Amino acid sequence: MPFGNSHNQLKMNNSCEQEYPDLSKHNNYMAKVLKPALYEKLRSKQTPSGFTLDDVIQTGVDNPGHPFIMTVGCVAGDEETYEVFKELLDPIIQDRHGGYKPTDKHKTDLNPSNLKGGDDLDSNYVLSSRVRTGRSIRGFCLPPHCSRGERRAVEKLSVEALGALTGDLKGKYYALKNMTEAEQQQLIDDHFLFDKPVSPLLLASGMARDWPDARGIWHNDNKTFLVWVNEEDHLRVISMQKGGNMKEVFTRFCTGLTKIEELFKNKGHAFMWNEHLGYVLTCPSNLGTGLRAGVHVKLPNLSKYRQFEEVLKRLRLQKRGTGGVDTAAVGGVFDISNADRLGFSEVELMQMVVDGVKLLIEMEKRLEKGQSIDDLMPAQK
Amino acid sequence: MASMFTRILSGRNTAVIMASLGAGTLVSSYVMTESGVSAGEKKKLYPPSADYPDLRKHNNCMASALTPAIYGRLRDKLTPNNWSLDQCIQTGVDNPGHPFIKTVGMVAGDEETYEVFAEIFDPVIKDRHNGYDPTTMKHPTDLDSSKITSGMFDENYVLSSRVRTGRSIRGLSLPPACTRAERREVERVVVQALSGLKEDLEGKYYSLTEMTEKEQQQLIDDHFLFDKPVSPLLTCAGMARDWPDARGIWHNNEKTFLIWINEEDHTRVISMEKGGNMKRVFERFCRGLKEVERLIQERGWEFMWNERLGYILTCPSNLGTGLRAGVHVRLPLLSKDLRFNKILDNLRLQKRGTGGVDTAAVGDTFDISNLDRLGKSEVELVQCVIDGVNYLIDCEKNLEKGKDITVPPPVTQSRK
Repeated sequence: MPFGNSHNQLKMNNSCEQEYPDLSKHNNYMAKVLKPALYEKLRSKQTPSGFTLDDVIQTGVDNPGHPFIMTVGCVAGDEETYEVFKELLDPIIQDRHGGYKPTDKHKTDLNPSNLKGGDDLDSNYVLSSRVRTGRSIRGFCLPPHCSRGERRAVEKLSVEALGALTGDLKGKYYALKNMTEAEQQQLIDDHFLFDKPVSPLLLASGMARDWPDARGIWHNDNKTFLVWVNEEDHLRVISMQKGGNMKEVFTRFCTGLTKIEELFKNKGHAFMWNEHLGYVLTCPSNLGTGLRAGVHVKLPNLSKYRQFEEVLKRLRLQKRGTGGVDTAAVGGVFDISNADRLGFSEVELMQMVVDGVKLLIEMEKRLEKGQSIDDLMPAQK
Repeated sequence: MASMFTRILSGRNTAVIMASLGAGTLVSSYVMTESGVSAGEKKKLYPPSADYPDLRKHNNCMASALTPAIYGRLRDKLTPNNWSLDQCIQTGVDNPGHPFIKTVGMVAGDEETYEVFAEIFDPVIKDRHNGYDPTTMKHPTDLDSSKITSGMFDENYVLSSRVRTGRSIRGLSLPPACTRAERREVERVVVQALSGLKEDLEGKYYSLTEMTEKEQQQLIDDHFLFDKPVSPLLTCAGMARDWPDARGIWHNNEKTFLIWINEEDHTRVISMEKGGNMKRVFERFCRGLKEVERLIQERGWEFMWNERLGYILTCPSNLGTGLRAGVHVRLPLLSKDLRFNKILDNLRLQKRGTGGVDTAAVGDTFDISNLDRLGKSEVELVQCVIDGVNYLIDCEKNLEKGKDITVPPPVTQSRK
């Protein structure tokens, strides 16, 4: 609850053993790390806005996980969560983000001129290109914990900031609760509209409360720059277009983000960021860059190649179906994106995607002609 | 002897203690620093008007009763268990409702909820329970099954009979609010009491976390197993947290007396059997409830009850008796008669499909039960169902013979 948590003090009257969750059938990062001794140590704590250990872990307790997919099982309710509950979150971050240590520093690089190439991915194969990230506004609680008043304040600030964008970034805001039927249909046709979350992973954390109050979608007139307000994070920022010009997509992405950040700063609001965790978001899996850069690409032959998964692994890429996370590929078209979020800068991750996708297309072309691709096998990045 | 969980029963005393600790009032000495905005500061930044929910598209009892003025007065209050108004109404904010069905839209987190937030609960109770005014009326409790008459139905029509209610353990928070420790304590207290039941009530407990595959299948076949709630009305209220920890099913060996633990309420108590012997079903129901009450009292516990609201349960719709007494009955001709609904209305009965609430009838078999919960005693409600169902069966028989039927005059509503 957003206004302090004196309930947590009452809980302290019960012993740790009485309150400790039953995680015996659980398979998520939180369950791996949260042993009774750690629960005991952290359960009396709360962040200044009243977010507690039980709040952090509720989604992980309610969703035991899947035998094959390791979910995180934790969320942050505010920026201070990552500090107050370090002892729980640092090992989870380390496990989820490939060994990232509590002492490591994360580089932020949103200078698109540092990206080499990326403007010429073969559009016979690459159908579309997209880059997304998230941003949180310092001083406001995150979606699992915010009050209606705070969420509305985030919306108001965001709409004002986005309203000041000009040129090819100029656009319009559509509040979920006010949109007309016609606007709604257009947003669905453009594949922009987001719906109330149905995943129990999200619902159990409380981020869907008061739906659709203060939620909305902003996009520029060209429909190449899109911002989601108050879905899983304060802001999700997306740059996209048809074809393979990742460089252009990334350039617009960086320009847009930098401009938005400036507009927020002019109003006295910074984004949540620190030099250890980079950009701070609701889910620990999105820390650092929060960046997922990817393409929809036709790889009918390569995807049937016995070493496809290994190639992706070495290139530090992941595949999804074209419906996004947890969907299957349709017609040999895959969503290929970076697997990492933290410990690499935005430019570094973009470079991996650009270079990696180029190689995948080369391999596809060879396999089309029935040629071998053994000499093209990459080393582990 | 009740354990450390015994609460100070006077909510006011507890509130005074909490306030002196500085916790209940939330006017804290935190300062807004770079390390984060404190809870106290947040309260000042966001007055109730900033937080008032948008209820313009809502159609539930909470949305009909809540006003910005009421919200303003109640937002910063807490029950002794630190349960807030926002937590009460979250389910109603998240579920705008249906144009034809008016849901309640709020839940209680503990017994004191109904006092601390009386300003919103009283009008909601009045709306839901046909004008029952908690500020002036008293609810009668009567579990003397010997008063029931004509409690044996014609089994050519009535296939099964069932009575259910709920009970809450005083001193422990309700399912939307309880901690894991409290929920486990509810389980421990109730299971211990049930193990003391004898003879035809003797039975066994099946914990949801520990049951074997075989036990699970048997419970499914018996139609006893309950599952994690999927209805957003329930999940948004937080009652499914930590599932399936401390949830379970108890039933007697004869499978005629069944108790659900920690589903939507601390306990749901069900007496049932095939056939039309409603009198016996109710007799076992009353006997079982009284026995369980005696067994928990031996150890210093009691049920939540007061003379204004009767038995206290999570949802305001289940206050009073919390009782739904019903039958599965075949009414092939009557159900097609245009007067069927009016007859049910006047008899203070409701129809459901045989799958329970929100299901459609299959064939010509209906679930017929009492509409009311609060303002009439258990005996009165069960007698009302018995008299009503007997009337429906008479109508059916008349229609079979080609005779006409009449719509009965309305049964009187709650006593004043």
